[in-house]
Amino acid sequence: MSDHDHDHDHHGHHHHDHSELSETELRVRALESILTEKGYVDPASLDLLIDLYETKIGPRNGVRVVAKAWSDPAYRERLLKDASAAIAELDYSGRQGEHMVVVENSPEQHNMVVCTLCSCYPHPVLGLPPVWYKSAPYRSRAVSDPRGVLRDFGVTLPDTTKIRVWDSTAEIRYLVLPMRPEGTEGWSAEQLAELVTRDSMIGTGLPKQPGEAA
Amino acid sequence: MDGAHDMGGAKGFGPVVPEPNEPVFHGDWERRAFALTVAMARPGGWNIDMSRFARENRPPEDYLSKSYFEIWLAGLETLMIERGLVTREEIEAGKVLSPPKPGVKPIAPNEVTPAIRRGGPTEREAKAPAMFAIGDIVRMKDIHPVTHTRLPQYVRGRLGTIELNHGCHVFPDTNSLGQGEDPQWLYTVRFDGPELWGKDGDPTLRVSVDAWESYLERV
Repeated sequence: MSDHDHDHDHHGHHHHDHSELSETELRVRALESILTEKGYVDPASLDLLIDLYETKIGPRNGVRVVAKAWSDPAYRERLLKDASAAIAELDYSGRQGEHMVVVENSPEQHNMVVCTLCSCYPHPVLGLPPVWYKSAPYRSRAVSDPRGVLRDFGVTLPDTTKIRVWDSTAEIRYLVLPMRPEGTEGWSAEQLAELVTRDSMIGTGLPKQPGEAA
Repeated sequence: MDGAHDMGGAKGFGPVVPEPNEPVFHGDWERRAFALTVAMARPGGWNIDMSRFARENRPPEDYLSKSYFEIWLAGLETLMIERGLVTREEIEAGKVLSPPKPGVKPIAPNEVTPAIRRGGPTEREAKAPAMFAIGDIVRMKDIHPVTHTRLPQYVRGRLGTIELNHGCHVFPDTNSLGQGEDPQWLYTVRFDGPELWGKDGDPTLRVSVDAWESYLERV
C-alpha cells in the first residue's frame, strides 16, 4: 500500500538523498516529523487512517447499496425515505456520510451531484472524491451547463430528460440511485453490482449495460 | 466570503478531464497530508467550518494555482500556526524549535476507526418551529460576508422553492468563527435554470443548494 517506511527521525531528511522529492513532498515529511516529535500525532494512527480510506472506504460500498436497492424493492423504499438509516443497515456510516439523501434517476429526471464550494462527497459510500470532482471545471460548470459536463464524460441524455443538480452546500451528502439497466430481470444483487459504476452514483455516468459487465 | 473557491457558474475553466483508473492518492505526500489533516482536527481543536475557511481564505491566484491537497496542507499550517501549535519558523526550517503546546492529546491507533465511523453529525435539537414549509417560495439573501459562509454567490438574490427540510443543523457562519453552533433549520432550495442563468438558462435544468434559515427571505 504505502511506501511509508521512511524514518521518523527528526533530522532524517537533511541527511538523506531526497533529491527526487519535490518541495511539497519534503514539506509534508518535515511537518509530520515536527507533529510527531511534539506529540500531536501518532504515525501509526496516520497509517491506519490511510489504510481505511485506501482499502475499506470506497465506491464498492455504494455499489452494494445500489445493487441492493435494485434487487430488493422494500430496501429501495427505505433508502429513498431515510437514506442514512438504510445505508447504516449495510454498515457504511460515518465521517462525511452522517446525513445521507439518495436521489433516484428516472426516464424523466437525471440527477447529478456537485459541491461548488469545496469537495463535499459521501465518503462512506464513495470513498474520497476523484480529482475531477474537486476541480474548477466541474465545480463551475455542473450547475450552469450540466449537459456540457455530461458530454465531457461521453454521456448524452434525451432533451426530454430534465437535469437535476444537487449542490452539497451543507453536511447533507447525496448519492444517485441510477436506473436499473434493462435486460437484468432475475439477476442477483451480486450480478447487478457488476453494472454499477462510481460515476453513475455521482450522476456523471450511467450504469454499464448487461453486455458490458466484466 | 466571496473567494475563488465559490466557483458555481464561473466561466473559462475548460472541460472536465476524468482520469481513467484514478488512484485514491497521487503519491505518498497526498496520503500523509490527508491523514495529518484528519488526525490533527481533534487535538488542534478546530471544527470543519474553521478548516474550510482556512482553505478558502487565501488570494485567488494562490487558491487556483495550488493542487487540492496543497490547499489542504496550507490550511492545516494556518490552523496550527494560529493556535500556537507550531510556528511558521518551524515549518520553514522543517524541524522543532520550540516546546510542544501542553495538553494536546493525539488520536491513538485504537481510536481511529471508531472516530471515522462516528463522524461528526451536525443535526441538533430544534429550539423553534421552522419558518418555511415544503413548497414555499423564498428569496436567497444577497449577503457578502467577509468571513465563512455556505451561501454560494450564484443563488444570492434568486427565487427558489423549498423542497426538503433536513431539521436543525450547526450553522457554519458562526461555527467557523468560534461563536457557537447556533443550530438553524436547514432546507434544500430548488431553482429553475433560467432563474439562475437568465433567458438562455436551460429550461430543463433544476439546481438546488442546501441553505440555512437565516440565508432565506420570505417572498
